Amino acid sequence: MKKTAMLSTLLAVGIILSSCNTIENDTSAPQENADSSIGLQEETDAYKQFALEQMDQFVMETEKFVTAVKNGELEEAKTIYPLARMYFERSEPIAESFGDLDPRIDARLADIQDEGLGEENWSGYHKIEYGLWVENTTEGYEDIADQLLKDAKELRARVETVEVTPDLMITGSVDLLNEVSTSKITGEEEIYSHTDLYDFKANIEGAEKIFEILKDKIAAKDADLVNELTTNFSSINELLAKYEDGNGGYISYLELTKEDTKALSEAVNHLGEPLSQMGIIME
Amino acid sequence: MTEQKEEKFYEKKISRRQMLKYTGAGAAGIAIGASGLGGILNVFGMTAPDDDESAINKLNFYGAHQSGIANEVPTHVYFASLNVVVKTSKELQDLFKAWTPLAVRLMNGEPVGDSSPNGFVPAKDTGESKGLDASNLTITFGVGPSLFDKSELGLTHKRPSELKQLPHFPKDQLEDAYSDGDICIQACADDPQVAFHAVRNLIRAASGKVTMKWSQAGFNSYPMKKNKKQTPRNLFAFKDGSVNINTKSKKDMNDTVWVQPGESATWMTGGSYLVARRIQMHLETWDRTALGEQEATFGRHRDSGAPLGLNHELDDLALDRKEASGELTIPADSHGRLARESGERILRRSFSYSSGVLDSTGTFDAGLLFISFQKHPKQFIKIQNSFGRVDKLNEYITHRGSALFACFPGIQKGSYIGEALFTSL
Repeated sequence: MKKTAMLSTLLAVGIILSSCNTIENDTSAPQENADSSIGLQEETDAYKQFALEQMDQFVMETEKFVTAVKNGELEEAKTIYPLARMYFERSEPIAESFGDLDPRIDARLADIQDEGLGEENWSGYHKIEYGLWVENTTEGYEDIADQLLKDAKELRARVETVEVTPDLMITGSVDLLNEVSTSKITGEEEIYSHTDLYDFKANIEGAEKIFEILKDKIAAKDADLVNELTTNFSSINELLAKYEDGNGGYISYLELTKEDTKALSEAVNHLGEPLSQMGIIME
Repeated sequence: MTEQKEEKFYEKKISRRQMLKYTGAGAAGIAIGASGLGGILNVFGMTAPDDDESAINKLNFYGAHQSGIANEVPTHVYFASLNVVVKTSKELQDLFKAWTPLAVRLMNGEPVGDSSPNGFVPAKDTGESKGLDASNLTITFGVGPSLFDKSELGLTHKRPSELKQLPHFPKDQLEDAYSDGDICIQACADDPQVAFHAVRNLIRAASGKVTMKWSQAGFNSYPMKKNKKQTPRNLFAFKDGSVNINTKSKKDMNDTVWVQPGESATWMTGGSYLVARRIQMHLETWDRTALGEQEATFGRHRDSGAPLGLNHELDDLALDRKEASGELTIPADSHGRLARESGERILRRSFSYSSGVLDSTGTFDAGLLFISFQKHPKQFIKIQNSFGRVDKLNEYITHRGSALFACFPGIQKGSYIGEALFTSL
């Protein structure tokens, strides 16, 4: 998400700044980059392939969405909206690597305002979401839609250039769950459409894909961890299945009770703890 | 280092030199004491960790009874109530087995796991207690009635008949958010971060096996007089615990606190029942109550802590004493008199809490995390019933949370927390 992207930019700056002050101070720092790519080329290639496929679909679905908006097909646009976004959410560790593009596509108004910017700087999916669900219209959103498609295509092109590392995958899978924990579970991602459960599902699928790719490598180090993760992924998928709407989608976030969100949140945390151990393949 | 220990040590296939290197004692040739050896082997994950007697401000984990009951009440508590989500008795047993070495390490002031050079995984210990000593940390584990309701765990027949939800008491306003639970972990320490760290790491190690039901942090402050700890005051400014069980007296403890053979289920022998009550204290109304009225409420003088009509905190309550007017000096509805007249005794280990502002009223959410230990819940029930509707203190307090837990007996080296629950018939 934009917020994360901006944060990581800030963090990077912070690291650069602080490194000036702490010269050779920390001898206990882990050797993160040592041998980080050894023997994992196949896996990183597979993940990049996955991300590119998702991006291809994302562009195609965004095109359909944009067409519906421009044709004034309100209901059609509302139907496509959460589905198109899932391709983005699944490949988020890569999609959000571009600090300028990610906010243009995926910023919420609150993210823009946090930056001290005004509504006029707001674009992308969530702006159109506001039009569709709050103003109940597509009118006046044609230019935003055109820009969105351009941005989506640019994103697809730039993903080609991303260097996928094992670190990106391992960190990315946990980040996907953190996204769920901090914004999807609270309904803060889709505040107008309340389609948060679609993003939720897509984030989980994105994390699960990374696990699937790394599974054999993890099994070589710790077979129990693979079993635990397999079980926990299926538990959370079963839990999410309870909230399917019967038409291939999910019920509105507003229909979830406090007990529902608590159960979902606990399942995410139970999955996240062992998921964070996938880094043992780097040993 | 004794001959025998050295031999064992070599069996583990680590050279003496390597070990000295790790301990940083190489060149200096400092002898490693017997107690230090255990600690070092622990680092290599070779033995179950043991109490490290050389650790600073350390209380023992292993013993006849669990820690955190007879120990002096420290300045902080972090109390957590958990529900289990495991589906078999075996998984529950494994959880207690896994917790045992972690609890030992935590009470030694050590991290729960050693640091790893792999920067791609999170650290084993959450780390916030690094640099802090053991701070007299105690960790007490217990199980609640609801655990035995979970038929899939197959423990139903091991439930002592007295382990059931406490009865409803007059004026109780209990909220589920502060009540009950399958397992409790009481972490007490002289440092709030050490107490919190202990619970946090135990829960993290139980990820996927438990969920958090409720928790409460609490504190006590001890005035010092001639280097001696004085009775702490609760948030109503009255001394809390002037009359309490003498934890140093084996007889008092056996009579009141420790379950004796035959008194409960066999797995509880040496254990104790823990009552937790989250009692909201209405500070705003209390603070506009005249001092005389406050003192009549407790039946004690506020500043000295002495029973009304007397001069010293430890003076015995003069229950029959009357004023010139013929009124009882210690009023019939005073908290102190009612507690005494119940004829029951319990070991109180309470802490104050302040947890922000109550949304509904805009008042302090503050009060007492009342914790007591007794060999049978009826001791608490009898005292609480004697307060009934009569207790003058009721005007100023509301019981919002309630829980009962059966705290296991002490853990012996080689065993694990709650073993008897699983192995007894």
